[in-house]
Amino acid sequence: MAAQPMHWLPAKAEDFREETATTRTIVFDASGWSGHLAGQHVDVRLTAEDGYQAERSYSIASPPDGQRVELTVQRVRDGEVSPYLVGEMRAGDEVELRGPVGGWFVWRPEESGPVLLIAGGSGIVPLMAMVRQRARVGSPTAFALLYSVRSPDEVFYAEELSRLSGQGDGLNVSLLYTRSAPEGTSRPVGRIGPDDVMGVNLPPRSDVRAYVCGPTAFVEAVAGLLVAQGYDQSAIRTERFGPTGG
Amino acid sequence: MAGVVTRGFKGRRDPSAPKLPPGQYLTRDFPVLSAGPTPEIPLDQWRFTITDETGGRHAWRWQELLDLPSEQPTLDIHCVTKWSKLGTRWEGVSLDTLLSSVGTSATHALVHSYGGYSTNLPLADLRDGKAWIAYRYEGEDIPGEHGGPARLLVPHLYFWKSAKWVCGIELRAEDTPGFWETMGYNNYGDPWREQRYTGD
Amino acid sequence: MTIDDDGKSGYVDGNAVAGALAEAFRAEVSTIVLTCVSCGGVGRFAERHVYDHGPGLVVRCPDCGEVNARVVRTPSDMWLDLRGSLSWRIPMPPGS
Repeated sequence: MAAQPMHWLPAKAEDFREETATTRTIVFDASGWSGHLAGQHVDVRLTAEDGYQAERSYSIASPPDGQRVELTVQRVRDGEVSPYLVGEMRAGDEVELRGPVGGWFVWRPEESGPVLLIAGGSGIVPLMAMVRQRARVGSPTAFALLYSVRSPDEVFYAEELSRLSGQGDGLNVSLLYTRSAPEGTSRPVGRIGPDDVMGVNLPPRSDVRAYVCGPTAFVEAVAGLLVAQGYDQSAIRTERFGPTGG
Repeated sequence: MAGVVTRGFKGRRDPSAPKLPPGQYLTRDFPVLSAGPTPEIPLDQWRFTITDETGGRHAWRWQELLDLPSEQPTLDIHCVTKWSKLGTRWEGVSLDTLLSSVGTSATHALVHSYGGYSTNLPLADLRDGKAWIAYRYEGEDIPGEHGGPARLLVPHLYFWKSAKWVCGIELRAEDTPGFWETMGYNNYGDPWREQRYTGD
Repeated sequence: MTIDDDGKSGYVDGNAVAGALAEAFRAEVSTIVLTCVSCGGVGRFAERHVYDHGPGLVVRCPDCGEVNARVVRTPSDMWLDLRGSLSWRIPMPPGS
């Protein structure tokens, strides 16, 4: 893939889905999109009337689907681009996309080894693309998702995750609440720890691969936990959120 | 170019902007620009050294810098990544003060920073009230991510010349391009003539 | 001198800037394997630390902090400095 130089492609916002009070998914139609892999991201360029431009990089939330590209964007306080994407943009508005980008933090359905996904906050987005890709192709690969989030109202894709994990086809989802949990949750609220990683329900195979995405401190802590649990360094793929937001 | 315009997108700019250098946009916050991690420099180990073209060294410890007469300039700063910020208030020591004890016939300066960064400029651009070694910003110690404990300020040139975490200046008979000047950025960097890149 | 490396220092993963580099390399860069000239550490471009909030990109070794590469995009050129890497191993799928 990407054997050609990458160009900016115009993309039109077609539809929106509210995910949380500060987050929404934007469905773009990008004609000429070459397709992508689950886990990749895309550069987004916005151009004001007077030619001023701003660029940001966002993970793709959707599995490959023709020229349809879905991005889930969380409003960054005092940000420059995210308040526009979350609050102002309407159907028919245009941006430009360059991508897809990144061939390392990806999952391909032909890889059969069990997969452990660990998300911190909005780090769920590229991992959700993998979960959706698995469902879309009907892959039997065992997936376990640990999703660390502050409180129930900050969970992205809550209904869809609950529906997909309820199908009993090898996708396990555990929500790890760090500040407040729904009533009846047995796990005490708090950061992800060794017990969470030890409790993962995956077949005991040597070819488990872990994908970890979230803020830098989260990713580093989780990578440390995994190594302490005996995961091989080379089986852990990470993606950190830099302070590029906005 | 597709000519795509994103309806309703304005960016974080002040619409009532006064005159700025060409291609610049006004920002109200202070973006952090770094080529590397923020070095932590214990003040008791901090030194600022001017090395003249004969190898003579003139060094100041932290307290010695603070003991020199200081100035409190209010400056407009222009970053080559296209933001400008107006009316920033600093406190520091004029390079005229620091250079007054240094006899030199050098024509160029190569500025060095903790962490390995460097940038070059004509020595004349450091003289005559145009440059400072600053240690306070808006009434506070300069935060590490903005170059503290001390940074160079040369506000009439693009802000990459205003080296963060400054540790010394080499005075030289010839020009020696620095970290970005060897990589396609303009050797001089006058924002009003929009000298961003080599050849501008 | 110690290095403050708690993530507030402004770096992102190599992944995050792969789009900008793909323009020049005409290839996927995140799977390229770099060897650091300073500590000999070997790793994917995707996992280098990249300082992207400046005039150009500064690609650093996650282990020792050495500058493995610098990249500047001007309107007419891309400038590369790879002196900080012993090698760049670029996957070439057979038949491509």
